Amino acid sequence: MCGIVGLFLKDKALEPKLGELLSGMLEIMTDRGPDSAGFAVYGAGAPDEVKLTLRAPEGYDFAGLAAKLGDGVGLSERATHAILTLPAGREAEVRDTLAKVAPDVTVVGAGSRMELYKEVGLPSDVAVRFKLAEMSGTHGIGHTRMATESAVTTNGAHPFSTGADQCLVHNGSLSNHRTVRRNLERAGVAIQTDNDSEVAAGYLSWRMREGRSLGEALEDSLGDLDGFYTFVVGTESGFGVLRDPIACKPAVMAETDQYVAFGSEYRALAGLPGIENAKVWEPEPAKVYFWDRAAA
Amino acid sequence: MNEHVKAPAAPRTLPRESATFDAYTLSEIRRAAATGIYDIRGAGAKRKLPHFDDLLFLGASMSRYPLEGYRERCGTDVVLGTRFAKKPIELKIPITIAGMSFGSLSGPAKEALGRGASAMGTSTTTGDGGMTQEERGHSTKLVYQYLPSRYGMNPDDIRKADAIEVVVGQGAKPGGGGMLLGQKISPRVAKMRTLPEGIDQRSACRHPDWTGPDDLEIKIEELREITDWEKPIYVKVGAARPYYDTALSVKAGADVVVVDGMQGGTAATQEVFIENVGIPTLAAVRQAVKALQDLGMHRKVQLIVSGGIRNGADVAKALALGADAVAIGTAALVALGDNDPKWEAEYQALGTTAGAYDDWHEGRDPAGITTQDAELMKRLDPEIAGRRLANYLSVMTLEAQTIARACGKSHVHNLEPEDLVALTIEAAAMANVPLAGTTWIPGQSGGF
Amino acid sequence: MNASTKSHSFDLATASVRELNAALHALKDGTNASLWQVANPRGLHAIAAGLDAPVTVEVDGPVGYYCGGMNKQATIIVRGAAGVGVAENMMSGRVEVAGDVSQAAGATAHGGALIIGGDAGARCGISMKGVDIVVKGSVGHMSAFMAQAGTLTVFGDAGEALGDSIYEARLYVRGGVKSLGADCVEKEMRDEHRQELYERFKLAGVEGELDPSDFKRYGSARTLYHFHVDNASAY
Repeated sequence: MCGIVGLFLKDKALEPKLGELLSGMLEIMTDRGPDSAGFAVYGAGAPDEVKLTLRAPEGYDFAGLAAKLGDGVGLSERATHAILTLPAGREAEVRDTLAKVAPDVTVVGAGSRMELYKEVGLPSDVAVRFKLAEMSGTHGIGHTRMATESAVTTNGAHPFSTGADQCLVHNGSLSNHRTVRRNLERAGVAIQTDNDSEVAAGYLSWRMREGRSLGEALEDSLGDLDGFYTFVVGTESGFGVLRDPIACKPAVMAETDQYVAFGSEYRALAGLPGIENAKVWEPEPAKVYFWDRAAA
Repeated sequence: MNEHVKAPAAPRTLPRESATFDAYTLSEIRRAAATGIYDIRGAGAKRKLPHFDDLLFLGASMSRYPLEGYRERCGTDVVLGTRFAKKPIELKIPITIAGMSFGSLSGPAKEALGRGASAMGTSTTTGDGGMTQEERGHSTKLVYQYLPSRYGMNPDDIRKADAIEVVVGQGAKPGGGGMLLGQKISPRVAKMRTLPEGIDQRSACRHPDWTGPDDLEIKIEELREITDWEKPIYVKVGAARPYYDTALSVKAGADVVVVDGMQGGTAATQEVFIENVGIPTLAAVRQAVKALQDLGMHRKVQLIVSGGIRNGADVAKALALGADAVAIGTAALVALGDNDPKWEAEYQALGTTAGAYDDWHEGRDPAGITTQDAELMKRLDPEIAGRRLANYLSVMTLEAQTIARACGKSHVHNLEPEDLVALTIEAAAMANVPLAGTTWIPGQSGGF
Repeated sequence: MNASTKSHSFDLATASVRELNAALHALKDGTNASLWQVANPRGLHAIAAGLDAPVTVEVDGPVGYYCGGMNKQATIIVRGAAGVGVAENMMSGRVEVAGDVSQAAGATAHGGALIIGGDAGARCGISMKGVDIVVKGSVGHMSAFMAQAGTLTVFGDAGEALGDSIYEARLYVRGGVKSLGADCVEKEMRDEHRQELYERFKLAGVEGELDPSDFKRYGSARTLYHFHVDNASAY
């Protein structure tokens, strides 16, 4: 049970302000999810490089870790998280090394542009800790969490990464996630937490691994995931939105020449520039929406 | 030997009835086959369940000192709604009357509940059908239920109420709606509910304008705004996942959480629902209390437990496990005169017997309580019935005090889980107290 | 507005919804028919909820959940969009929204008028109990679910399962209906219904602009009023 936000910029001039706008949206959704918060930002990147977002215990020596990974690995630290930038060809080797030399470090996301941060605490505190307001990028999604049936931990916080440059945030409650989890585990998709939303993320990854596009994977989820949900999915080139057929959980979208924005409530959008003249609407139930940079 | 004499018949076994297909089950199969509709009835789960009977108190002796009965004070007062409400409810006893609608009960029955509760300084609760004059006029403390159907819901009555109870579910049917059959939709009930007379009324299972705790938080904010932040807001849930439901009620902003176990009654719902969905009251209390403790809100957000509370021992046990108060419904109706053997001939005519009558939805209650029939209703004198309820509440309170004093407590709220042991492994596991004579709490290492 | 009408302004950028509602609740019935202008609502919740006085409240911008909730007597005008449950359980008075509204608009409302300039989301008029709702745009799925009394008039289209499990409410739709819910059927438009519809046009201030003959009427087939085994699949 939660608040979700998403912002997709059409106007390049706004890109330096992405973090600042997203931070404001996230903070307003604190009432809907005071337990933890997280966000994914799609910023600068190079096609031949990979960014790994790492999470580690408080005070971890990321610099010492980076030194062990050899030359050509860039490091940028933000509180409990760090971004490693490395040549794309080295990803598998670096992941292996990390698993061996740093068992208490988790890779929470990977991709050419996606950086993913999440932590327990009030959304406003989380945003400040990771200096979200200073980040720039083309688009981002965020989440504030009111834990329902799983623990209030960083692992249980959203977004959940679903693949390279892909992540998912969720508001609602799935009613068949234990069965879906068992099926995914049999298919070799590991689920780390008790969280139903991670199952949804794993489900989409699995469908795409089976050759479905993200849009098709979202369509598939309408048949396979039961319960109440609004999903927002981030990808390298944009974001997608899907509501379950009953559509009880709230969702509001706004579009101007400068951006497309998503919020669980209008309040989250109220601070965006030019919102008073935006086209504001609610996504239809059981319909996949997608905004793509290539098409924008 | 005479060859004409027959060989003796072989001994025969007695007719054996199946434990699986017992007489009740067979009768239900025949009834379903004949009618094509599921069985609808009132009351709560009737099957044998682990309950408070399976717990015992450890009275004081050498290591603890008891209080002198009737001389040394043992407090029973409780304040509900201390978290946000400007006007919390102060009750003299920790036993309240659960929500029962006008419609399912007659006007005089609602009046009797108000009279009895008020005499003892405790509250009554409306139900799915709005607030009546009988009830408001005779209840010094009245909790107004806010239900999915919103029958008769209006801001004037909200402002007249002493607290608002947002009903998410009830123990008899967590996740379900109700059904009030046409016989009870009298002209007055129909008018209050804005329904045609005499139709079967179906109740929704979800609220029309919010779903889930994040939206409930906004609904509670609206109710507080409408009542200028004066009234305590309760959230009532049917016991199914009480740990999560209690925690989420607190996160959504409740002042008081009401957890109703599966023995809790209903006016009318499917028998299959009553007997097969939800968990027993005993199993629900500790989980709800644990949720409050984990959030640091135990005793700050009050917990009311209901479902099968019958006597002062049940009250004391619920409080010892961590509840702040209990609510009674079925027991209160029995105190008024429901299922009284003096109407046995009439129960027989209805195909049942005193003590088993549960077709409350049909509106033919011989005791004149669960009916809208003008003639039957006259059988209940609200003053006498109210007095009976007050007597019963008084006895329950005295019993709870007797136990509390024996455990050395000057207030019933000072009873603790450590004052209890269990008679059965099931009860020990559910209540999280040791099996009597041992230090063993089954499942403690695994939690719940 | 009479000669004694007093005008007040209230800025929600600098004051809270609590302060606004407390001031509005302090107004006594009939004593001061005042005009309140509210700026910067920014999607905040429970704006002008629980009013009980013949006051006019004009809100300049979009509001959040439950604006005008349980309204009595007051006229509330929103120059923007409204969130979930606008005018929920309204008893009397009028709530008018210029833009779109979210789901459960006018839920369980007993009386008064709810006029929506744009589209309404899902479950518009759910369990309505006597309110008159006019939607100038379209309504979403499950609108008028379990609707008991009152009218829902839609100038545009209706989504899936219109009027599911409806009781005695009357539905008028000009455009298409994606599907009808259980026990909801199209009914004959008689003169009394055209007259009723015309009254709703007047309520929305569009009389003369629309023709009642362009609308179809929907209501309860009343087959679910008494349980019958052959209807079990409709439950």
